[in-house]
Amino acid sequence: MANIILSGLAHSYSENPSGMDDYAIHALNHEFKQGGAYALLGPSGCGKSTLLNIISGLLTPSEGDVLFDQQSVTHLSTAERNIAQVFQFPVVYDSMTVGENLAFPLKNMKLPKQQIQQKVEEIAELLELSDILTKKARNLSADQKQKVSMARGLVRENVSAILFDEPLTVIDPHLKWKLRRKLKQIHEQLNITMLYVTHDQLEAATFADEIAVMYQGKIVQFGTPQDLFERPNHTFVGYFIGSPGMNFIDFNKMDTSYAAQALFAKLSPVQQEILEEVKSDNIQLGIRPEFVQISQQSEANAVEVDFVSVEHLGTFQIVTTCFAGKELKVRVSEHWHRQSDVLYLSFPSEWLKLYIDDYLVGESMESEHE
Amino acid sequence: MNKVQNNRAWWLVLPMFVLVAFSAIIPLMTVVNYSVQDIFDQNTAYFVGIEWYQEVLRDTRLHDSLLRQFTFSFSVLLIEIPLGIAVALTMPKKGWQSSLCLILLALPLLIPWNVVGTIWQIFGRADIGLFGWALNAIGVDYNYTANTVDAWLTVLLMDVWHWTPLVALLCYSGLRAIPDAYYQAAQIDRASSWAIFRHIQLPRLKSVLVLAVLLRFMDSFMIYTEPFVLTGGGPGNATTFLSQTLTQMAIGQFDLGPAAAFSLVYFLIVLLVSWLFFTTISHMEKDKSDG
Repeated sequence: MANIILSGLAHSYSENPSGMDDYAIHALNHEFKQGGAYALLGPSGCGKSTLLNIISGLLTPSEGDVLFDQQSVTHLSTAERNIAQVFQFPVVYDSMTVGENLAFPLKNMKLPKQQIQQKVEEIAELLELSDILTKKARNLSADQKQKVSMARGLVRENVSAILFDEPLTVIDPHLKWKLRRKLKQIHEQLNITMLYVTHDQLEAATFADEIAVMYQGKIVQFGTPQDLFERPNHTFVGYFIGSPGMNFIDFNKMDTSYAAQALFAKLSPVQQEILEEVKSDNIQLGIRPEFVQISQQSEANAVEVDFVSVEHLGTFQIVTTCFAGKELKVRVSEHWHRQSDVLYLSFPSEWLKLYIDDYLVGESMESEHE
Repeated sequence: MNKVQNNRAWWLVLPMFVLVAFSAIIPLMTVVNYSVQDIFDQNTAYFVGIEWYQEVLRDTRLHDSLLRQFTFSFSVLLIEIPLGIAVALTMPKKGWQSSLCLILLALPLLIPWNVVGTIWQIFGRADIGLFGWALNAIGVDYNYTANTVDAWLTVLLMDVWHWTPLVALLCYSGLRAIPDAYYQAAQIDRASSWAIFRHIQLPRLKSVLVLAVLLRFMDSFMIYTEPFVLTGGGPGNATTFLSQTLTQMAIGQFDLGPAAAFSLVYFLIVLLVSWLFFTTISHMEKDKSDG
């Protein structure tokens, strides 16, 4: 039971890191509050498993500190940190029965037999393993095995946190959904900090209250699923969250074309002010496909685009258009019909985001410092 | 659904049958042929039925030799299997140190058997051998050519030196095949190193251990060259094992009939014990899967 604080964390797998590329995690500061359900979301190789192993103590970071509450645990062993962790692929002790597997961590803590028995039964009940408690673990199917390894993670009381490293990878979709709900329930019952690593945004959103999006060894945004969707803090978050991801339009201040003017006119006064002062050339405007308005006729401040393709995805369609040589996607209803190859898009001011050097700027105060 | 029978497929297996016939069945049948006849010369042979078998089974020289053989094989297994596991566990896991260890371990396996015998024959001598001389120098009265116990210990030591590396290499490969996640999970579960060995490493070494036990049993049970070179079976008959007795019978005395009968008995013993080992181990697995 503790707040987990990461301070100036960096990790490199090579002994003499020569550049930024050698770091799996870089300059990472963060705090996970006691009792929260968090997800670490990011693409493969972004450092999320590394971060998890650093928190659990399986890895010692090259730089920085891990603190539980105010106390540094950077050099403490996994056992001393009192952490439970569930791995991507099921790890069961083959020679033991399911029940013995669940009892194993408790036995190693030298708890009295009766208490072990009781706890094992309780967790088995929770994860629907009661029927197979006496079965040898080696003969289970992959998803049963994973349930067993999950149960082993949940069986200990008073752990500082439970870490899940993509635990549902080997599980089939139907059971996946069930187990995710189960985890959520367990979280509500036990009030334990849970940290869930995944590359699946849906999984992250259904499990976690708050999501930390990792990119190139850093947490680029930490917030609720809604935050990530509506105000991506970084172009990567915009691109990674949502399906399809956010549209980004390169913006050039010197551009005097009608389209550029129309876009500029849609920006808020704050955004316009920033644009006028900024020196960087890496300026992008971002808008989610869901918020782009499409029209078949010319409208004021709408930009003209060429139609490229349309995908029917059940209850909605994704229209791909070409704007200034780049693809721009728009989400429209299933009833939408195209009448010509030229379409007109307009961008509502409130959803048009300004990114300078990949970071979001020019937002109103309450969302600026997340 | 009807299975289509295509008997032409048998032709594809034929080369294998021919090969096995020449490599195993025909030689074996020759031995069977010898074992039921009394042969004087090329044209004079009498069918004697199971007479040779009866003689062989009553032969006390063979009984003694068989007992020595079992004692030797089981001692070898008892020492080499645990020692091999221990060596594999303590070996470095990566880097040049591990390569070095692998090479050093593999060296004894590359030495021809009669050279191994010679090495130890000289190594153990009290006058010029380092081992024998050193033992005597520190006051141990050691002489493998005269003392039965010394002879036994030397033969055992030689075999342990020669073959433990095989067990260690097999175990090492088995250990390397265990995914890291198992050790990580064990660390999370606070398993002691004994528990890691007992519940992770040992169960996952099982298949290579079956192999190691069978190989070491069969090889040690048929051992010939090394003790022959080292002690010549002596002092007396103290280290005369089965195959040496057999050779004496077949080549020394030219008793081809009893020797053939004995060969078959020998072969059956190896087969039987190996089968026992194998079924016991696979049976253990089965019980567990139902439990």
